[in-house]
Amino acid sequence: INHIVHNGGLYKRPFNEDFEETPMLVAVLTYVGYGVLTLFGYLRDFMRQWKIEKCQNATEREEQKDFVPLYQDFENFYNRNLYMRIRDSWNRPICSVPGAKVDMMERVSHDYNWTFTYTGRVIKDIINMGSYNYLGFAQKAGTCQEAAAKVLSQYGAGVCSTRQEMGNLDKHEELEKLVARFLGVESAMAYGMGFATNSMNIPALVGKGCLILSDELNHASLVLGARLSGATIRIFKHNNMQSLEKLLKDAIVHGQPRTRRPWKKILILVEGIYSMEGSIVRLPEVIALKKKYKSYLYLDEAHSIGALGPTGRGVVEYFGLNPEDVDVMMGTFTKSFGAAGGYIGGKKELIDYLRTYSHSAVYATSLSPPVVEQIITSMKCIMGEDGTTVGKARVQQLAENTRYFRRRLKEMGFIIYGNEDSPVVPLMLYMPAKIGAFGREMLKRNIGVVVVGFPATPIIESRARFCLSAAHTKEMLDTALKEINEVGDLLQLKYSRHRLVPLLDRPFDETTYEETED
Amino acid sequence: MDIKSMKNYLYWLYCQFELITCSYLMEPWEKLLFYTFNITMLVMVLYTAYIFVSVHISTALQFFLHLFGNQHENTVSVVK
Repeated sequence: INHIVHNGGLYKRPFNEDFEETPMLVAVLTYVGYGVLTLFGYLRDFMRQWKIEKCQNATEREEQKDFVPLYQDFENFYNRNLYMRIRDSWNRPICSVPGAKVDMMERVSHDYNWTFTYTGRVIKDIINMGSYNYLGFAQKAGTCQEAAAKVLSQYGAGVCSTRQEMGNLDKHEELEKLVARFLGVESAMAYGMGFATNSMNIPALVGKGCLILSDELNHASLVLGARLSGATIRIFKHNNMQSLEKLLKDAIVHGQPRTRRPWKKILILVEGIYSMEGSIVRLPEVIALKKKYKSYLYLDEAHSIGALGPTGRGVVEYFGLNPEDVDVMMGTFTKSFGAAGGYIGGKKELIDYLRTYSHSAVYATSLSPPVVEQIITSMKCIMGEDGTTVGKARVQQLAENTRYFRRRLKEMGFIIYGNEDSPVVPLMLYMPAKIGAFGREMLKRNIGVVVVGFPATPIIESRARFCLSAAHTKEMLDTALKEINEVGDLLQLKYSRHRLVPLLDRPFDETTYEETED
Repeated sequence: MDIKSMKNYLYWLYCQFELITCSYLMEPWEKLLFYTFNITMLVMVLYTAYIFVSVHISTALQFFLHLFGNQHENTVSVVK
């Protein structure tokens, strides 16, 4: 056995992640922009209150004006005055399957985005850079669609019951065995909705007297599940292992806050790929910490299952780790499998417990049969069990697309966040007017992008988020890159100074973590 | 073609100004209000500069000349 010490021995491949700092001038100008918009927001609110202007947003009724005000907080102010001005970049209605190209219904607004009307025209073949279609399984023709159509004619569309009552089909059992085999765990359970998988199962696993250590930038479903459980929640800085270790040490040494008793359970909540930053979790270090301090790990692989790893098995395979080290492996079927729903995988005792105690199993309707068949067919395709190499080709195509796209964007001079291998690519915009301008200019050039601002991101760090797909050919990516380059010059988005900020945490040494290769 | 590229460049600069101050997102009457305010402020600053800077410069010049002139006269009187 030869120990190759590479990056402290835990990482078998280089981990390249960078978050370039906001340039000072850009930050100042962003605040200037927000300041101007705030002043005009106050002016418009004044005019609305004194009836100089017609009030088109929701307000309280006349009789309720003396009650506690409902719409005076910052979120509602932001909504009325800033979000409404750029609202046409969101909720765009599409009218075809969201594959690599998509059709969109054209709409115009005559009163500055308060109401929309459809012109009746359909914009065809827009390059889709916004759908979570990582492996390209969002198709309307092909083996998955035929199998799903056959099952639809056999079982129908509705299940009309929960898992525990009459909604447990043989298709669900088949799916769960397949998912367990795919992940390399003992057993798995599938649920109808990905968000509900997190928010309904974390309360079943932890309760009062337990400790949850959750990452700063966790998804709303994890936060909701953690809050519903009633456990104590402590937050560590994003992907920062020193912060996590400090919290673990404090938890073990001091115990529960008042009584100083030891915690019943410590659960670490992390995600595989964080969708707003494009960063990948430092899984080898998290597992080493978990083993040292004897806590449990809940890994949410919503965006990374199917998208990372040489055969698409997710972030565990990407780092070359053992799936049995992760106690609860959760993921969704929405992103890479082109279906809907979520799953939880782990040891047999855990899954049998969840079958009885999970809220989702008891109260929520189970997965619809054609959706289950889509998942089964696409998973077999990825694993190569349908006899073709289509799945493997797709996984490799996605990895190539990711590296190519990220490299080209960085060379052009944009600020791109995240890890080099993640198919989620956030491009920083910063200024509020550029959010609206970017969305509109890209649509003019027939490319559909998703732009994100406050409250999903911090207020000055608004971004455009590209989601790459195995269905994108190199020509489509080249077209998209050409248009992004043009729009970047037009709007002056190339802020990068080509200065790679080194990662802020100190390099790990042998004294902190256990050696896991043996 | 120099005029055309100059005009394009100036239009691009105007677009950048619009994006940075978010007047790209404003309705026409808001834009009018905003630009009127900005242009008024700018004209007032320039006018103030025009009126006062020339007076200040000439006063400062006179002061320094008087200082050096006095010194010259003093040295001359001592030598005498």
